[in-house]
Amino acid sequence: MEMVDKQSYNFAYLDEQTKRMIRRALLKAVAIPGYQVPFASREMPMPYGWGTGGIQVTAAVIGPEDVLKVIDQGSDDTTNAVSIRKFFTKVTNVETTEDTAKATVIQTRHRIPETDLTEGQILVYQVPIPEPLRFLEPRETETRKMHAMEEYGLMHVKLYEDISQHGEIATTYAYPVEVAGRYMMDPSPTPKFDNPKMDRMPALQLFGAGREKRIYAIPPYTTVKSLDFDDHKFSIQKWEQPCALCGAEESFLDEVILDDHGGRMFVCSDSHFCQTRQDEGHRGEMSPGHPLQKREGVQ
Amino acid sequence: MTPQDPLLTVRDIAVHYGDRVGCEQVSFDLFPGEVLGIVGESGSGKSTLLNAVSGQLLPSAGSIHYNTRLSDVREIYEMSEPERRFLMRTDWAFVHQNPRDGLRMGVSAGANIGERLMGVGWRHYGEIRGTAASWLGKVEIADDRMDDTPSTFSGGMQQRLQIARNLVSGPRLVFMDEPTGGLDVSVQARLLDLLRGLVADLNLSVVIVTHDLAVARLLSHRLMVMQGGRVVESGLTDQVLDDPQHPYSQLLVSSILQV
Repeated sequence: MEMVDKQSYNFAYLDEQTKRMIRRALLKAVAIPGYQVPFASREMPMPYGWGTGGIQVTAAVIGPEDVLKVIDQGSDDTTNAVSIRKFFTKVTNVETTEDTAKATVIQTRHRIPETDLTEGQILVYQVPIPEPLRFLEPRETETRKMHAMEEYGLMHVKLYEDISQHGEIATTYAYPVEVAGRYMMDPSPTPKFDNPKMDRMPALQLFGAGREKRIYAIPPYTTVKSLDFDDHKFSIQKWEQPCALCGAEESFLDEVILDDHGGRMFVCSDSHFCQTRQDEGHRGEMSPGHPLQKREGVQ
Repeated sequence: MTPQDPLLTVRDIAVHYGDRVGCEQVSFDLFPGEVLGIVGESGSGKSTLLNAVSGQLLPSAGSIHYNTRLSDVREIYEMSEPERRFLMRTDWAFVHQNPRDGLRMGVSAGANIGERLMGVGWRHYGEIRGTAASWLGKVEIADDRMDDTPSTFSGGMQQRLQIARNLVSGPRLVFMDEPTGGLDVSVQARLLDLLRGLVADLNLSVVIVTHDLAVARLLSHRLMVMQGGRVVESGLTDQVLDDPQHPYSQLLVSSILQV
């Protein structure tokens, strides 16, 4: 008779029946890659839009032996990531990490880690609006029919609009993809830079949308194709300069405003990737110890 | 398909809204290149009939057979839903009275025209844009309005854009529900002129619903007069309008305002 058992949360916060319900939805989602499976999303102890879908999926798949990493916009130390990590520490007591390679479950908001994921890892996305056709077709009854009958011409209308208004496909995040040659899918608001990483990824990718009550998935090694036109091909973002801290040239960079005189720097959005590179001795032009820096510790 | 075979064969169509009758015992044939006008007052069942015949409203009784491009005759409500929807957005077209019902108001005119092309697998931006531009020309909309949204267009332009958007896929059968309603008289005349040219050039078969006998006279070859959900008189347009037999047709013809 331990009082602490009576008073503490069930493992991973959700009750066992709820976890079972979510796992059933997940199994269906994995069986039909890219298909949005409805599920009975629960109220979570945080507001909608903070990742209630992702948290429920994580809670349904996490076990006591798992190692959890949580990132928000690629970073381990922003508010959303910190509070979700603390939440799971409290309700599961699992080990947490910032090391991408060490984690078995990674919950993410808006990024895929730069480090390649491997078999056995699970990547859980937080999804605000799961329906890629939503802004073009507001009726849910109609979009469901369009998915069922594979009527996806409308998605290209959006890309057409981009090119006619901006001269190129200006969609830079939530860039629509076709999964396993069948379902049109919104990869959640990840930058299109990450789209190629989804293709044939060895890790399992799970998507949870709490407010919209939908779960979808991409099983390991599934083909994920970004939509484009024959004469306007899909391409990812490029930056003119490398990361200012670690000098990486192939990573996704955030622009950081430094002062009100136009000063700015570009740094890796994946904080763990950047730190690892710096620890290995890579230097960017604004990092301490770089030849361009006159003194140590310049801000 | 020989020229003598009808494109659309409608037999004993009835639509009931509960106990009320939408339309009843309507039969007709529509031949390739023919324009059939349906006239009658409000509430006479014109639009109900048009919706039933165009695959949007399941009739309570009767059959509608369509002669597909594959030269087989199919009952449209016995097709699977994907087949019927594919037919509706390729071989058929529907022009609504209110262009807002038939257009995507939030995307540009070019994208509105291109949607049907992308829907059947066109994936070359340049070609889609070129085709859209040529259709804008056909419906007399200036090239430089191609990237504007329809909400910036006048009512007449919106209606012409809706027609272009529908005809771009090269349909053989077009349904029109009061296509000139809500437009002022001079714009109506221009639109009718355009429609008449397109129908003749493209050899379209058309079912057009209108309460305006002048529109029916200008566009249609044959006419059906409806009252209370039933067809009370049908025949060649000139014959029906110049020598109406049924009392209701006579009333309808005699109630045209003379200026």
